[in-house]
Amino acid sequence: MNAETDRDAAREPIIEFRNAGYCLPNGQRILHSLSLTVSRGETLALLGRSGAGKTTALKLINRMLDPSDGQVLVEDKETTSWNAITLRRHIGYVIQDVGLFPHFTIEQNVSLVPRLERWPAERTEARVKELFDLVDLDFDKFSKRHPHELSGGQRQRVGIARALAADPPILLMDEPFGALDPLTRGDLQREFQKLQRTLGKTIVMVTHDVGESLLLASRIALLEEGKLTGIYSPAEFLAAKDPMAAAYVANFRMYEEAERANEHH
Amino acid sequence: MNIIEFFARHQREILQATLEHIWLVATSMLLAVAVGVPLGIIVTRQPWLSKPILGGANIAETIPSLALFGFLLPVPWLGERSDRLVIIALMLYALLPIIRNTSTGIENINAAVRQAARGMGMTKNQILWQVELRLAMPTILAGVRVATVLTIGIATIAAAVGAGGLGEFIFRGLAMVNNQLILAGAIPAAALALLADFILSLLERRLRPARQ
Repeated sequence: MNAETDRDAAREPIIEFRNAGYCLPNGQRILHSLSLTVSRGETLALLGRSGAGKTTALKLINRMLDPSDGQVLVEDKETTSWNAITLRRHIGYVIQDVGLFPHFTIEQNVSLVPRLERWPAERTEARVKELFDLVDLDFDKFSKRHPHELSGGQRQRVGIARALAADPPILLMDEPFGALDPLTRGDLQREFQKLQRTLGKTIVMVTHDVGESLLLASRIALLEEGKLTGIYSPAEFLAAKDPMAAAYVANFRMYEEAERANEHH
Repeated sequence: MNIIEFFARHQREILQATLEHIWLVATSMLLAVAVGVPLGIIVTRQPWLSKPILGGANIAETIPSLALFGFLLPVPWLGERSDRLVIIALMLYALLPIIRNTSTGIENINAAVRQAARGMGMTKNQILWQVELRLAMPTILAGVRVATVLTIGIATIAAAVGAGGLGEFIFRGLAMVNNQLILAGAIPAAALALLADFILSLLERRLRPARQ
């Protein structure tokens, strides 16, 4: 599996952390000198406990936060030299609580970025229909509804469609399936896996779900107390010696063992 | 002569006074919204200004209305015309509920909605106009409704400084110990307050988006 990692590293870098750190205004350090390269087209999972600095690292990419030290580069340009608005419209963003606008219809929610970018109406309309198909939502049934009329899973589909609307090359996802029930989560993860293959986006995903990382990520970056402790391919992660990684894997294996134990009885 | 006959005989004066009353209230409410909503937005942007702004509006609220009219009388431009003075005084009374409801309405917006708006690349202005004000609108309108009902009542005192309105009847009725005259002012004023409350609550309900 080392071959896969090498192939990824050989690709063109699209996001680069260079000793990037982040402190809260009160001086508390959230992220320590993070160095990490994300190649075009790969899916990187940032895995770690709550408070490990995963979300902070993600927010440094679309300039929701500026690094306190070091640099973060997107397409070879420091985020602080990007116009924050231009950068954010260039990057899709999906969050756990979705954050759909309750006063907008589903169609208006999905077409937000194209409308902000002043696309012609026909182009926006065609794109919205395409996006409904992409995330498997019935356009005629849902386009005129409001977010509160949808289930959690449907809302997250809309959240993904909204993030993909202007066809950004990069997609950031902050625990996108974390608030869903296990069955809905599984469905969405499987569908998202297909979507990944057809779209070929660069994806950075924050998660504390090992199964999700193994299923969707090409590489897994493990964070602990604001520090990067290792980067693994899924296969490397399963065999990793690092105590934290091993603990995650042991936890994950627990379910398999339970399954096997029940088969013997 | 019963009250109905009295109203029928004096309908033209009563109508005239009602229109004056509506004019005083409507003008002061428009001003109060024009001043209060921006102040409410400032409170959410600059928390350190929240104490002086809300404190100031609070103090205005506590001054007895008759005294406030008296305080404003010697002010150069205001004292010249009593309706000017009354409109400014009524506006000051209406400010507090409008400022407070604007800032609460904006602050209560779901954090995920705010984060998504920023993350999608909306500018501060786009977030303000398309998200914050739109979602805070029912709360702001609730403030306007409270302020309007309050102002319709206080505006009857405007007659004390000669600004007209339905208070004319009430003051004349008090002076002449004539209940019918008092009612000729009080009933339309109460009806106006109820009507304004009803219309604004309808509007408020229409604009309230269903919550998640």
